[in-house]
Amino acid sequence: MARDSLLNTITVALVLCIVCSVMVSSAAVLLRPLQEANKKFDQQRNVLSAAGLDVAAMTATDIEALFHDESQIRRVLIDLDTGQPVDLKATEIDPASYDAKQAAKSPELSQPVQAAGGPTLGTPRREKYAFVYEMLTDGQIDLYVLPIYGKGLWSTLYGFLALDGDTRTVRGITFYEHRETPGLGGEVDNPAWKATWIGKQVSDQDGQVDFSIIKGRVDPQSQQAAHQVDGLSGATITSRGVSDAVQYWLGADGFGKYLQQQQSP
Amino acid sequence: MAKLKPKDVLLNPLANNNPIALQVLGICSALAVTTKLETSIIMALAVTFVLGLSNAAVSLIRHYIPSSIRIIVQMTIISSLVIVVDQFLQAYAYEASKTMSVFVGLIITNCIVMGRAEAFAMKNPPLISALDGIGNALGYSLILILVGFFRELLGSGKLLGLTVMPLSGDGGWYVPNGLMLLPPSAFFLIGLIIWALRTWKPDQVEAEG
Repeated sequence: MARDSLLNTITVALVLCIVCSVMVSSAAVLLRPLQEANKKFDQQRNVLSAAGLDVAAMTATDIEALFHDESQIRRVLIDLDTGQPVDLKATEIDPASYDAKQAAKSPELSQPVQAAGGPTLGTPRREKYAFVYEMLTDGQIDLYVLPIYGKGLWSTLYGFLALDGDTRTVRGITFYEHRETPGLGGEVDNPAWKATWIGKQVSDQDGQVDFSIIKGRVDPQSQQAAHQVDGLSGATITSRGVSDAVQYWLGADGFGKYLQQQQSP
Repeated sequence: MAKLKPKDVLLNPLANNNPIALQVLGICSALAVTTKLETSIIMALAVTFVLGLSNAAVSLIRHYIPSSIRIIVQMTIISSLVIVVDQFLQAYAYEASKTMSVFVGLIITNCIVMGRAEAFAMKNPPLISALDGIGNALGYSLILILVGFFRELLGSGKLLGLTVMPLSGDGGWYVPNGLMLLPPSAFFLIGLIIWALRTWKPDQVEAEG
């Protein structure tokens, strides 16, 4: 068979495609469990780092043990509409496999984002149920770690916001997944910037959400200074996205109801 | 054609025929991943793996590849290998893959990989082709690691994340050179390396026309 004949061309192309696709798909399938485990571990690390723990000094077994210890960390699935923990017997949700990101895409497990004049998420729907992490000290909730996300410039930013037991004071923030421009929007990962969040107040005396990332620097003399964080220079749209995400997720359509109930048991 | 010696094929690309310094290929990734030494090393390993195997694979089937579709055949082999590398990184070096996955994908378009497949592997037997691939990847790695070393050291006072020169911001004495963290500095460093290399081996200097 001549090397350049039509038949040979098609045969070579076909055989090559089959061999290559088998190789690629078997790598993807065989490595999937490891990759999933990495993702889960990475999220746990980010929960702890939002909570202000020094994760760099912790080993994988430390973190695993911490998440298994109910007296230290409780992972609760919340119905965002009521703010109550989901009754796992009444629904068909398996908390072990529930994935909020997947749920936001499924018609049954999601609902439209209600953004009447309020902050938007950049996505049309959000999940109905979300996991919150309650971290306890001596049986008392010391802080809450809430998953938040919102659209930046190029991508949706996924992260965790840690609030103090008073549900008003920020204890920390991290982002574990985004594709913003390194050096500009990517500065959301800058530890110095994240440190400026700590101690900020996210709501006013009446419990209304009052928090924003402003353009430029926060004036320390301003009365609003405790409710504001410096914007990232060169990343207006990312800053606005993060600001909106925090406002949305702390508001009535997000974790607002849950947080309210925590305040007045 | 003169018989190629395995040792020459493997070691020539390090200094005599360096893919970055002499052929000026694969510059884009050399800018992108070299802000830290660690990412440089991972990128170097990934390219070595891909280049060695792609050269061997292309060479194995070189007698069957119809010339009309040879480029696309090479691309298919290279991109499959790159996806496999990316999957492995996600499984075994998750932290690194989070920052690198974009650039690992770009190995597909790294001119060195296609350049060696087309220029060498299509004409030579598999073993020597694999050596040629690995040799060129080592030449690439050498430059990448050198650039990564200086950029991390001068830009953030660290090596592999460990503080070598305490920064003035943290109470040390070293004022970091912010330019080193920006892409242009890689150009300057590669320029300096080429200058040093051509001073050492004057026959690499192109004739002025």
